[in-house]
Amino acid sequence: MKILVPIKRVVDYNVKVRVKSDQSGVELANVKMSVNPFDEIAIEAAVRLKEAGKATEVIAVTIGPEKAQEQLRTALAIGADRAILVKTDAPTDLGGVEPLAVAKALKALVEKESPDLVILGKQAIDDDSNQTGQMLSALLGWSQGTFASKLDIEGNNIKVTREVDGGLETLSLKAPAIITTDLRLNEPRYAKLPDIMKAKKKQLDIIEPAELGVDFTPRLSIVKVEEPPKRQGGGKVASVDELIDKLRNEAKVIS
Amino acid sequence: MAILVLAEHDNKELAKATLNTLGAAKQLGGDIHVLVAGANCGSVADAAAKCEGVSKVLKADSVELAHGLAENVAPVIVELAGNYSHILAPATTYGKNILPRAAALLDMQQISEISAVVDADTFARPVYAGNAIATVKSSDKIKFITVRGTTFDPVSATGGSASVEEVSSKGDSGLSTYVGTEATESDRPELTAADIVISGGRGVGSAENFAIIEELADKLGAAVGASRAAVDAGYVPNDYQVGQTGKVVAPDLYMAIGISGAIQHLAGMKDSKVIVAINKDEDAPIFQVADYGLVADLFEAVPELNSKLGK
Ligand SMILES: Cc1cc2nc3c(=O)[nH]c(=O)nc-3n(C[C@H](O)[C@H](O)[C@H](O)COP(=O)(O)OP(=O)(O)OC[C@H]3O[C@@H](n4cnc5c(N)ncnc54)[C@H](O)[C@@H]3O)c2cc1C
Ligand SMILES: Nc1ncnc2c1ncn2[C@@H]1O[C@H](COP(=O)(O)O)[C@@H](O)[C@H]1O
Repeated sequence: MKILVPIKRVVDYNVKVRVKSDQSGVELANVKMSVNPFDEIAIEAAVRLKEAGKATEVIAVTIGPEKAQEQLRTALAIGADRAILVKTDAPTDLGGVEPLAVAKALKALVEKESPDLVILGKQAIDDDSNQTGQMLSALLGWSQGTFASKLDIEGNNIKVTREVDGGLETLSLKAPAIITTDLRLNEPRYAKLPDIMKAKKKQLDIIEPAELGVDFTPRLSIVKVEEPPKRQGGGKVASVDELIDKLRNEAKVIS
Repeated sequence: MAILVLAEHDNKELAKATLNTLGAAKQLGGDIHVLVAGANCGSVADAAAKCEGVSKVLKADSVELAHGLAENVAPVIVELAGNYSHILAPATTYGKNILPRAAALLDMQQISEISAVVDADTFARPVYAGNAIATVKSSDKIKFITVRGTTFDPVSATGGSASVEEVSSKGDSGLSTYVGTEATESDRPELTAADIVISGGRGVGSAENFAIIEELADKLGAAVGASRAAVDAGYVPNDYQVGQTGKVVAPDLYMAIGISGAIQHLAGMKDSKVIVAINKDEDAPIFQVADYGLVADLFEAVPELNSKLGK
């Protein structure tokens, strides 16, 4: 079984982003970039399937700038076998390559590579869209197991446990399938130095969007990007008694 | 202009998130229809027909729609889509699972989790864990939209008298089957609908210790929430997670207990009316958004609260 893992280069989750003064987007210059955390979980899941003898090859792919090779190298260090960069200078967070376009590019790659499984993150932490996996599944006419916290593969049958609003739901999917990861699926390993060195020698192909015949023209134009309203916090109380008094008599939120 | 709202339900009752989604539809203006896709879901269709502002309910009632499988529900939406300028669903795990599938089948770029309607083509939505608000204008013919419940008032569930019309299912895709649900049992209010939410974090330390958080919640008739760290550690079920990648809440009162206040957590609760933080670290970032911060050991403060709140 071959597995394709789409990963996205995003602003690191520890960075508190700043909105640009011209309201065109957020400041990305000199900001730490990382693999989208959900996508690290996706790579880990794929690599574990390979280690368990259930997968034969893991291919990491990203649609992004030249520099996204860094994130592909991270995927290779975790254990992906090879990587593909679909190179574009368009922004991938806002006002550029949107989930539908990403899904179309991934569909073209699926047709080229014929994987049996595509594991994506449930959500990119920059655009917070939570769409790409579902869209790719639609375009391919495959089954989908979104927000996965557990994955069991037996031949052609994939049992997936999903984190849903009321608890956990289990579905049985017919392969080929699309999986999107939730936080509890696994804890990604840290790549060790020898693996990082090895990753430098693994195959990384760079292709142009035109080779996939996909149009990246955005459907959504950015009118403006603003800071959210600031919350006035920082108030303190000295005791439990004062807290109860304030909640009852000042905020009037408890009786 | 006509708007289709995808109803969330369990074949018996209409989920409250649907009412907030209808609230967003009302702001768009136009004829509002509701799609109820399920099995033996007549009571849901009837409930939807009573909602304020709904002029027609479309009921697709068939066994393969029982569990809201995206592969089976999306084609029903696609079949109806041509009649609508906007198709809305709640930004819950139900809506997030289904709607992008339908949008892609029609070559439309969805607008996720809107927090405001500017005009019929233009919407605001939080991005980067709510650290920026993007206003986007769609050039698509049909706007597929998921709606953040906390920023739209629910419409009234009574007073309407829409007609209910049957529409057909597109059959079973055969791609996926429902196996089962491990539902989180609780008599407390639903997290996203509660007036008061009491959340615990890693500082609570264990599943057993969560009992003091639950006791406080029960004293106040509140829902219980948690940080990701508390969920990851197995103190509470996954569906308690509040945050960027969990549930978004905006109750009258939110209490964060033993939670540091990471941006991913703040993304899910900072629109609450009143925020209380109890943390032993006076520099914890949660205090920056708290109206009432109490620097204290939660194992002293919470039992004291429980005893003083009486009953
Ligand atoms: C992709 C991604 C998505 C994420 N999504 C979410 C999300 O949706 N929701 C979310 O919450 N997090 C999310 N996180 C995790 C987030 O970054 C933080 O790691 C998490 O919120 C921390 O949880 P915490 O505050 O409970 O734990 P900690 O940060 O460990 O804080 C524990 C706090 O408890 C206090 N404490 C300890 N003992 C006591 C005591 N006895 N009395 C009083 N106080 C005490 C400590 O001072 C500390 O401030 C996400 C992270 C990533 C990478
Ligand atoms: N530019 C991209 N390149 C590769 N994969 C992507 C890209 N954008 C999104 N994805 C994948 O789709 C998932 C969901 O992203 P989104 O729908 O944007 O929230 C991510 O976790 C990735 O797995």
